[in-house]
Amino acid sequence: MIMHVGLEHYLIVSALLFALGLLGVITRRNLLVVYMSLELMLNSANLALVSFSRFNDNLNGQVLVFFIITVAAAEVAVGLALIVALYRKRQSAHVEDLTSMKL
Amino acid sequence: MQDLLFYIFAFLTLACGVLVVANPFSRNPVTSAMFLVLTIISMAGLFVLLHAFFLAAVQVLVYAGAVMVLFLFVIMLLDLKEEERRKVKKLGLVAGLISIGAIVGIFVKSLLATQPGQNLQAPTVEGATIPLGKMLFTSYLLPFEIVSLLLLVAMVGVILLSKKDLK
Repeated sequence: MIMHVGLEHYLIVSALLFALGLLGVITRRNLLVVYMSLELMLNSANLALVSFSRFNDNLNGQVLVFFIITVAAAEVAVGLALIVALYRKRQSAHVEDLTSMKL
Repeated sequence: MQDLLFYIFAFLTLACGVLVVANPFSRNPVTSAMFLVLTIISMAGLFVLLHAFFLAAVQVLVYAGAVMVLFLFVIMLLDLKEEERRKVKKLGLVAGLISIGAIVGIFVKSLLATQPGQNLQAPTVEGATIPLGKMLFTSYLLPFEIVSLLLLVAMVGVILLSKKDLK
C-alpha cells in the first residue's frame, strides 16, 4: 500500500538529488557536466526549502528560494564566462588538464 | 491522486538526475543538459504539488529557459568532442561513492530520528503570486534590491571576462 505523502517524502527526494549532484561533482571530469551537477545540488536545496515552507505554513522559505534562483542565474553566467575564458587559454574543458596550480 | 502524481514526478526527477550524472549510453554534455532540463521541469511539477505555483513558473522560465539555453550555447560554442571513455580512476570513484553513501546515511538517519512530518496540521499556505509579491516588496525589500545589484555586478563581470585580451 502507498503511504500518504508527507514532508519526509519530499525531503528524501531532495536528499537523493543532492547526493546525485555531489556524485557528479566528484566523479565527472568534464567541467560543464560538473557545473550541471552543481545546479542539481542547488535545485535539491530549493526543493527542501519549498517543502518545509509548505508543511510549516510559512511563506518565507519560498521567498528564499526565489533569491536562490536569482543568485544561481548570476552564478551560472559568471561561471560559464570563466569556463569560456579558460577554454580560450587552454583549449580544454577537462578537469584533469587544468592542473597548473598543482605543486 | 496527488500522492500518485508525487511518486510519478519524484521518479522522473531522480531518473533524469541519474541520467545527467551517469548516462550509460552517451558521454556527450548535450545529453546531460537535455536531461537536466527534464529534471528541472519535473521538479517544477513537484513545486506545483507543494502549491508553490509562482516558483514552479519561475523554475521553468529561469532554469529551463534562460540558464539551460546559456549552458547549451556554451557547449555549442566550445565545440566539445564526445568525452572519450578514459579509465575511471578507482580512487576517485571509491571516494565519491563512500562520501555519497555517508551523506545519504546522515540524511536518512536524521530524518528517521527527528520525524519532521509528525504533528503538523494540514498545510494551508499557498505560494501564489500575490502573497509572495507582497512579501517580496515589504519585508524583503532590501534583499530584493541587493539581488538586483548582484545581477548588475554579474553582468559587468561577464562582459569583462569575455573580452578578447583578458588581463
